Amino acid sequence: MPKGEIVLGCLAPHPPHVVYAENPDQNEPVSEGGWETLRWGYNRLARKLKTIDYDALVIFTPHWQTYIGTHFLGLPEFKSKSVDPVFPNIFRYNYDIKVDVELSEIMREKASEHGIITKMMRNQDFRVDYGTITSCHMLNPDWDKPIVTISSNRNAHYYSAEVMNEQAAALGRACAEAIEESGKKVVLISSHSLSHRHFVTESPLPEDMSREHIYNHSQYVWDMKLVDLMREGKMRELIDILPEFTEQTIAETEAGGLTWMMSAMGFPQYSAEIYGYQSVIGTGNLVAAWDPNAVTREIVL
Amino acid sequence: MEDADILFGIYCPPHPQPLLSPEASDGYAKLRQAYDTCRERIENSDADLIIVYSTTWPSIIGHQIQAHPEPEWVHVDDDFHYLGSMPYKFKMDVDFAECLRDSAKERGLHSRTIAYEGFPIDTGSVVALKLLNPDNRIPACIVSSNMYANRAETIVLGKSIRDALAKQGKKAIAVVVSSLSNRMFTEHIDPTEDRIHSPKDDEWNRKILEFFADGRLEDLSQLSREIHGQIRVQKVVAYKPAWWMAATMGQHNNYQGEVLAYEALHGSGGAVVTLTPSSGSFGDKEFDEDDVEYYHGDRDVLDKGML
Ligand SMILES: [Fe+2]
Repeated sequence: MPKGEIVLGCLAPHPPHVVYAENPDQNEPVSEGGWETLRWGYNRLARKLKTIDYDALVIFTPHWQTYIGTHFLGLPEFKSKSVDPVFPNIFRYNYDIKVDVELSEIMREKASEHGIITKMMRNQDFRVDYGTITSCHMLNPDWDKPIVTISSNRNAHYYSAEVMNEQAAALGRACAEAIEESGKKVVLISSHSLSHRHFVTESPLPEDMSREHIYNHSQYVWDMKLVDLMREGKMRELIDILPEFTEQTIAETEAGGLTWMMSAMGFPQYSAEIYGYQSVIGTGNLVAAWDPNAVTREIVL
Repeated sequence: MEDADILFGIYCPPHPQPLLSPEASDGYAKLRQAYDTCRERIENSDADLIIVYSTTWPSIIGHQIQAHPEPEWVHVDDDFHYLGSMPYKFKMDVDFAECLRDSAKERGLHSRTIAYEGFPIDTGSVVALKLLNPDNRIPACIVSSNMYANRAETIVLGKSIRDALAKQGKKAIAVVVSSLSNRMFTEHIDPTEDRIHSPKDDEWNRKILEFFADGRLEDLSQLSREIHGQIRVQKVVAYKPAWWMAATMGQHNNYQGEVLAYEALHGSGGAVVTLTPSSGSFGDKEFDEDDVEYYHGDRDVLDKGML
């Protein structure tokens, strides 16, 4: 069997607003659009994904929070409705998700071998989190590939952002080994915003773009610092300053997703593809991708 | 504003073991027993309403209030999914929810009711309502814990609950769903070997329970920031349950407190406590004023301990 490989890594933020703005059949609320810069970037990345040969999407989500180890989805299908607990007015999504349980199990096993506390999630009533659904919908609206969701162990809360970084990196290495052994071609998804300070009020029409802007300028400056490092292909440096970034912008990187993905991909020293940056209810959101294939790698924006 | 009628308050833990696996350890069984005692007391009261403030329901857009008349779903906990599912169907007091939303707005808070089929009611609220009010004999109201709210907002939220109760003339039970120390073990454990994560957490929990037993709720509210720094994993900005409970129950120290159980839940401090407003203990607490409205001279507390 040929070795498996990671064929693409995607930074895919999951404010439910972007799904709401797309008006897919699966989502009950209806919008007049909004957040185009982000959505059009997502649409373009989704088109690129269509040109790539892959078997499964593996997603690390901040909205399946576990304190006792790292958990993996462990049943072949989940079909239910996801209602966002924070923005239920804009996200009530009927989903039908296929899971690559085989890949999930290999990753769990490898993680466990590396000393990481793990658990398979095999309760059929479990609701898949809205982070997974939003990021996967935007990247693959046809839902024609199986996924694996990995929970985010909240090491940052229990120890520190530095410990989180170390543990997420260890999980990334374990997942990369598992993917290699599986023989599968896998797309990784790190599902989160960058800076993460929200407005605590919402305009009557959530998609009223005249109200949308970053929460404050220092959040923006930090976000741009990260974008610059991504363009320069300095992912090791970026991950090194991530604890400080996370603390200063209360960033959603606190969950460990970006560290996990970059570690699994060996801390790329090539430029990231930048697809779009926009604020959503004050938070900073970037769509970006890391393409290990120098032939297909692009300068997008 | 006339006074709100809170018959008693309950402080209880959010984790699902007392509901899903009470037989797994003596400690879980004791917590379950304590929940059952509270359930009986609620049944024997003439409460019109149960108000739940759950630390496991975070919100961002102001303060959310559950207003679906009969929310129904099958809930599964993020960590403890292997203990089983929690099917629920609750009865909400929609009138009260709407009145509370308006009362909160009148006090300057951003608040909204939410009523959507399939809305994910959080583990803490599901556990508490299933154990405390299994037949939905009394309608409930659940309020969220805003991630960005701190002391001022949380206390005003409690006051707006009093406003709404007074407006509707309803008698309520106030339920706070929260751990004491909230550090859990980061590995899977044998439930029979469950214990409080550290002696420090245990000592603080016991100190808090002393305050509860003495009915010193307002003192706990004043100690909230210290408690947060000492034994709360910093998932959120502050330890808000004591603020909410004290404000909702009237901001004093004049309660009959009873600690029904204190046990470990995967390392965290799980306690079931009741606080009943009383008139007997007025002014006998260390930091309690005889009268907060008029000054009656120094109490000479320092003299009293002298030989
Ligand atoms: Fe998020």
